[in-house]
Amino acid sequence: MSTTTSKAVHTPTFTDGAEFSIPTFQLLQQNGKLYKGAKAPALKKATALRIYRAMVFTRVLDERMLAAQRQGRLSFYMQCIGEEAAVIGSAAALDEDDMIMAQYREQGALAYRGFTTDEFMNQLFGNEMDYGKGRQMPVHYGSAKLHYMTISSPLATQIPQATGYAYGQKLAGDGKCTIVYFGEGAASEGDFHAALNMATVHRVPVIFLCRNNGYAISTPAAEQYAADGVAPRAYGYKMDVIRVDGNDILAVYEATRLARRMAVEDNRPVLIEAMTYRLAAHSSSDDPSGYRSKDEEAVWKEKDPILRMRQWLQSKKWWSDDQEKEIQERLRREVLETMKEAQKRPPPPLESLVTDVYDEVPPELNRQLENLKTHIRKYPDEYPKTAGQARGGE
Amino acid sequence: MPNMNMLQAINNALDIAMAANDRVLCFGEDVGIFGGVFRATSNLQQKYGKDRCFNTPLVEQGIIGFANGLASQGSVPVAEIQFADYIFPAFDQIVNEAAKFRYRSGNLFDVGGLTIRAPYGGGIAGGLYHSQSPEAYFAHTPGLKIVVPRNPHQAKGLLLGAIHDPNPTLFFEPKRLYRASTGEVPEEDYRLPLGKAEVLKEGTDVTLLGWGAQMEVIGKAVEMAEKEGISCEVIDLRTILPWDADTVIESVLKTGRLVVSHEAPLTGGFASEISATIQERCFLYLESPITRVTGMDTPFPLALEKEYLPNHLKVFDAIRASVDF
Repeated sequence: MSTTTSKAVHTPTFTDGAEFSIPTFQLLQQNGKLYKGAKAPALKKATALRIYRAMVFTRVLDERMLAAQRQGRLSFYMQCIGEEAAVIGSAAALDEDDMIMAQYREQGALAYRGFTTDEFMNQLFGNEMDYGKGRQMPVHYGSAKLHYMTISSPLATQIPQATGYAYGQKLAGDGKCTIVYFGEGAASEGDFHAALNMATVHRVPVIFLCRNNGYAISTPAAEQYAADGVAPRAYGYKMDVIRVDGNDILAVYEATRLARRMAVEDNRPVLIEAMTYRLAAHSSSDDPSGYRSKDEEAVWKEKDPILRMRQWLQSKKWWSDDQEKEIQERLRREVLETMKEAQKRPPPPLESLVTDVYDEVPPELNRQLENLKTHIRKYPDEYPKTAGQARGGE
Repeated sequence: MPNMNMLQAINNALDIAMAANDRVLCFGEDVGIFGGVFRATSNLQQKYGKDRCFNTPLVEQGIIGFANGLASQGSVPVAEIQFADYIFPAFDQIVNEAAKFRYRSGNLFDVGGLTIRAPYGGGIAGGLYHSQSPEAYFAHTPGLKIVVPRNPHQAKGLLLGAIHDPNPTLFFEPKRLYRASTGEVPEEDYRLPLGKAEVLKEGTDVTLLGWGAQMEVIGKAVEMAEKEGISCEVIDLRTILPWDADTVIESVLKTGRLVVSHEAPLTGGFASEISATIQERCFLYLESPITRVTGMDTPFPLALEKEYLPNHLKVFDAIRASVDF
C-alpha cells in the first residue's frame, strides 16, 4: 500500500525542492541586543549564569588542554571553540535527566550538567579514577549519573542509538527524551538516515542536533553535500526541522526548548541544524592552515558566541567586568591545579585490561592475563606502570 | 511434552520472554503482523501489541543501532536480521558498538540485554545470499557472544539463555532445520548455559566437533563410522564465542584425534581457531593431524550446492583418514 497522497499530473514534472527555503532563527545580535521584533526566551538569571559559566569553563578548559597537549602532557585533545552556544544552549533547554548522546565535541553539555574539573581531568589522563578506566583516548567522556552516554569514536553510530534509547523512554512513559549531537560531516553517514527515518516511522521523542560547523576535518561543507545544508533532509522523513544561528545562545535555547516539548508531548522527533563554525582545528593532530584562510577564521572570530552572550548579560546588568575577571582567573587556576593532580595519579590496574569485555571474565581471557603477568615479571623494567602489580600476583 | 519444530520452539521462547518481562521487544523486517518471513515471530504482535513487536524500515544498520540504544536504556531488545547474509550493513553497530559498549564506558553503560537473531546456513537452494554462515567474522570480536542451536529443544533453551544473558548475543538459527528438525520441547521456561559445549556421545577413537545444522551431518557420518567399528565422541560446541575449549581439550586428550566441521569456508573459519588451540594444548597427545571439513573457499554456490557442502560422506572420509593416519 502506497502512503503517498500525491496528486496526478499529465506532463513530466520534476522538482529539485528549490521551493523549500529554510530560514535561520536568530534572536541575539553580536552586540548583545535583540533583533528588532525578537523576543528573548523566559530564561531565569540563575540559568543564564549557569549557561555562561559552562561556556567560559569550556573555553578555558579547551585552551589549557590544547596547550597541555602541545607540551606533551596529553596525547590528544579536541576543542569546542566557537561552538559553545550550540552545545550548551541546547543542553540547557533539556531536563536534567534527559539523555545526551554526543559525538565528541560536546564537553560543554557535560560541563553544564555538572561534570567536575577533576572528572574531566581523570578521563583526559586516563588515570585510575577515570570512569572509563583509561581505555579510550582523551575527550571520550561519559557519566551515568549525569545521563551522558560515553563517547565512541565511530561517527554517527550514536544517532540510531539515540532513536532506540528514546523509543525506550517513550515506552517507559517517563516524559523524558534524548538529544543526539553530530556534525554535518557525520550526517552523510548511513546511520544518520536510518535514525531519522526510524524516528518518524516509530514516533520517537528524540532531538537531532546537527552542529553544522563548516568542516569535517578538512572537507568543507560545500564538498559534503549539494543541498541547502542538512535541514532539508528532514522533509524526506516528514520530520519537523528548524535552522538556528548556532552562535546565538538565546535562539539555540528557545529552539531546543520548543523541540523538546514537541518530542515529549507529541512524540514528534525534531531536527535542529545549528549553523556555526569550528574555530578550532579538528583535533590536536590537525592544522587548518592547509585548507582554510585566516580571513575566513577572522570573520567567525567576530561572531564569538561567548562574547555575544556576555554582552547580553551585561546589558541586563546580570554580569560585570569584575565578575568576568574573577571567573577567568579562578577557572584558569582551577584547571591548572586539577590537571597537575590528575596527571600524578597512577594508571588503572592491570586487571582492568580484561574486565568489562563481558560481565564476567571468561576463562580463556584469565589465562591470557596470567600469561601476561608471567611475561611482565620476566621483563619488569620494560613495564614500569604494572611491574609492581604483576609481582603482587606471585 | 509437546512436539515442536525449531520455529515453534523459537516462537515459544520469544513468547515466554515477552510474557515474563514487558521490556522484552521483538522487531525487524516483516516481524510484525506477518510474523517474520519464516514465521518465528508469529502472533507476537497480536499478543503483545505494536509497541513491543513491530516491523522496522528495511535498514539493518538502523535496526541494530536502534537495538543498541534500547539495550543501553535498559530494555531487552530481540532484533531480527532476516538472513545472516544481510547482517553486514550492521557490522559497525555490532563490532564497534555492541561489543565494546561496556568496555569503553568502564561498565557505566552496557547493551547486555541485546540479542540478535538471524537465520544462517545452506541447504535450501539459497545461493550466495541466503546461505552464508558468518560466525567467524564475529568470533574475532571480544565482547560478543555467539550461539548456534542444533535442534528445537536446544533452540528454545539457548535462546532464553541468550535473552537473559547480560552480554550482547548473536543467535544464529539453522534455517534448513526450521521445519525439518522436530522434537520434544518442554512447555516451561528453561535456559541452557552459554559458553558450554555438550558432549552428545562418548567415544574413544576420535572426537567430532561441530555446531548448528552441521550436528545432523556429523551424526550421519558417525553412524557410518561406528558400523566400521570406529568409536566416536561427538561434541556440539553450541557457543562459538567465548568457546568452551576445556570440554574439547578433555575429549581430545582422551581420543587423540579431532575432526571439526562447519559450512563456512575453510580459510579463517572458526575450525581454524579451534585447530590452533587444540594443537597448542594437546600436542603430545595427538595421534593424527586435526582435520577441518568445511565449505570451500568460494562464495556460496547454487547449482553445485551439494558439491560445496561438507556432507556426511566428506565427514566420514575425514574420520577414516584420521583413524588410519
